[in-house]
Amino acid sequence: MSTDALREITDREYQHGFVTDIEADTLPPGLSEDIVRKISALKHEPEFMLEWRLTALRHWLTMKEPTWQNVKYNPIDYQSIVYYSAPRQKKGPKSLDEVDPKLLETYEKLGIPLREREKLAGVAVDAVFDSVSVATTFRGKLAELGIIFCSFSEAVREHPELVKKYLGTVVPYTDNFFATLNSAVFSDGSFVYVPKGVRCPMELSTYFRINAANTGQFERTLIIADEGAYVSYLEGCTAPMRDENQLHAAVVELVALDNAEIKYSTVQNWYPGDKDGKGGIYNFVTKRGACRGRKSKISWTQIETGSAITWKYPSCILQGDDSVGEFYSVAVTNNRQQADTGTKMIHIGKNTKSTIVSKGISAGFGQNTYRGLVKINKGADGARNYSQCDSLLIGDKCGAHTFPYIEVLNSTAQMEHEASTSKIGEDQVFYFQQRGISSEDAVSMIVNGFCKAVFKELPMEFAVEAQKLLNVSLEGSVG
Amino acid sequence: MLEIKNLHANVGGNEILKGLDLTVNTGEVHAIMGPNGSGKSTLAHVLAGRPGYEVTQGTVLYKGQDLLAMAPEERAREGVFLAFQYPVEIPGVSNVYFLKAAMNALRKHRGQPELDAFDFLNLVKEKSKIVDIDDSLVKRPVNEGFSGGEKKRNEIFQMAILDPQLAILDETDSGLDIDALRIVSNGVNQLRSPNRAMVLVTHYQRLLNYIQPDFVHVLVEGRIVKSGGKELALELEQKGYAWLEGAPA
Repeated sequence: MSTDALREITDREYQHGFVTDIEADTLPPGLSEDIVRKISALKHEPEFMLEWRLTALRHWLTMKEPTWQNVKYNPIDYQSIVYYSAPRQKKGPKSLDEVDPKLLETYEKLGIPLREREKLAGVAVDAVFDSVSVATTFRGKLAELGIIFCSFSEAVREHPELVKKYLGTVVPYTDNFFATLNSAVFSDGSFVYVPKGVRCPMELSTYFRINAANTGQFERTLIIADEGAYVSYLEGCTAPMRDENQLHAAVVELVALDNAEIKYSTVQNWYPGDKDGKGGIYNFVTKRGACRGRKSKISWTQIETGSAITWKYPSCILQGDDSVGEFYSVAVTNNRQQADTGTKMIHIGKNTKSTIVSKGISAGFGQNTYRGLVKINKGADGARNYSQCDSLLIGDKCGAHTFPYIEVLNSTAQMEHEASTSKIGEDQVFYFQQRGISSEDAVSMIVNGFCKAVFKELPMEFAVEAQKLLNVSLEGSVG
Repeated sequence: MLEIKNLHANVGGNEILKGLDLTVNTGEVHAIMGPNGSGKSTLAHVLAGRPGYEVTQGTVLYKGQDLLAMAPEERAREGVFLAFQYPVEIPGVSNVYFLKAAMNALRKHRGQPELDAFDFLNLVKEKSKIVDIDDSLVKRPVNEGFSGGEKKRNEIFQMAILDPQLAILDETDSGLDIDALRIVSNGVNQLRSPNRAMVLVTHYQRLLNYIQPDFVHVLVEGRIVKSGGKELALELEQKGYAWLEGAPA
């Protein structure tokens, strides 16, 4: 099999690259106190929120963009970005019937017909289009259980006490350049609160979509699982194909109290740019969960196939004794995509456990970096970590890099670390072909086999979706 | 079934096959013998369509069709099977899943419906007896961590499942101890059929003690220099290849 043929499979074009022609209310580009005030006013936010945003903005102005990551990109002009764009519609849709039909069409195209989801799938969906949350399905049913699932803006207005209590407690506004920027200008996102002892009976899901040109998306998600609560949450992301790069700087905070469990799954398919690396989303995201209570558990699963640049490290702070953190990741870089992703597991409580399974796949000219930190603090007696980082290379122009950091301050800790790098060889593909299996199917079978350990962590219906997405992302990489 | 005429092939710019002629009919078993570097394995790979093997001259007809014009997977779907000398490991893909995908690719090509899991597992159970392959090997990733003998048995097991019309066995005896050789040969013998042709590529005569060929050909420097019945193999065993080297084709 020639390298040319290898290339073909990864060359399939992005499927979600359409633009919806819809009227939008958009603020002028640029970042200033004035813009922040306007965003806050447009959202009818209480005073505390505006103050928080302004404090973040002032802090951000003193910060420098980080340079330690293993990705290369042209400098971002933060003054040319539009920080707020909202589809124009009658004030606050009360039900799906009031949502602009064009928006609903967009979600249909993306494969998330809100109506049907509501009825059939039993998945509650919150859809965020550019900067605002458009519709949240299934709310009535969830409300009966005391579960709050709404847009972040709504939570700020209707549940300010919860927002005040938890916002910024996991990712403080000073945390890092991109998180601080988000704190100043975040537009919308999802908010979930699951009360004591309640097991959320369905998957909660958010779809993020960047539509307008030159627009950044800065969503902010906050999920709180009170004592003994359980929730499984999934987010999906797509964007139109555009020649210029668009910034996406989100923050996700999770809080799990005693005996609570949060499962957070991401299928990220932002526009990756074209074959030559033109356009694509810059995905600079801060995700962190605090296992605050005893025996609490937070599990991150991510399938990262999109974006020109991915920079994210979904992490767990294991404060509560016997708490558990997990990170399962598949990151694909094809063509000119670059990913620097991994996790941080901070062990503070006693007998805390963490598991890291990272699968990086590089094809084309893709560069894939795993960066992880496992830190066992002094008081974390009996802490345990298991890490596995595997890289798969397709073709000979791509790269895989691994930076695992381990800091152990307690001698009772048990650490295990496994790593491997392999390459899909032409002889492997030929073996499949000789048995009648096409080279495309061969690559997909090998890749899926490679990712099995992560896919099995995804909710059933999304595992199938993820598998398909992966095949599409890699089409053209082997032949 | 298979008609090779004046076949020339290059590997990495070096001409390895230099005008090879061979005709194989359905139901026949042919052994291709020859010293190291004579082009035996090259022939096997050219027939299977391995990339990097460049045919510069000659024709190969398989069931009346131009074999060289077909993609490797098409050849397989048309019933050409290569038992590899060095079967590769495929981590993460179980043997049984792999075989089911292969089986169904072949069936689809023939316009047959896919085999359901139940029928397929019955087939696996039945065919695993042929080479005495263990159930655990069937479930493990393809060839991963298999011993040399297990890999070769797995090749014959796959052949039994896929039921090819033309089976090419590339040095199937290499690296086998005497017990494994007996099991593998026994499996191959069970798969002999009037509907199937086999080409055995081997360096040593000992395989032919177990699998008796109908024809033996000696390949030297890219050409078949002598053909005969199974007694030719014994003659080679006594005299070595040297007496044929430099002989006219």
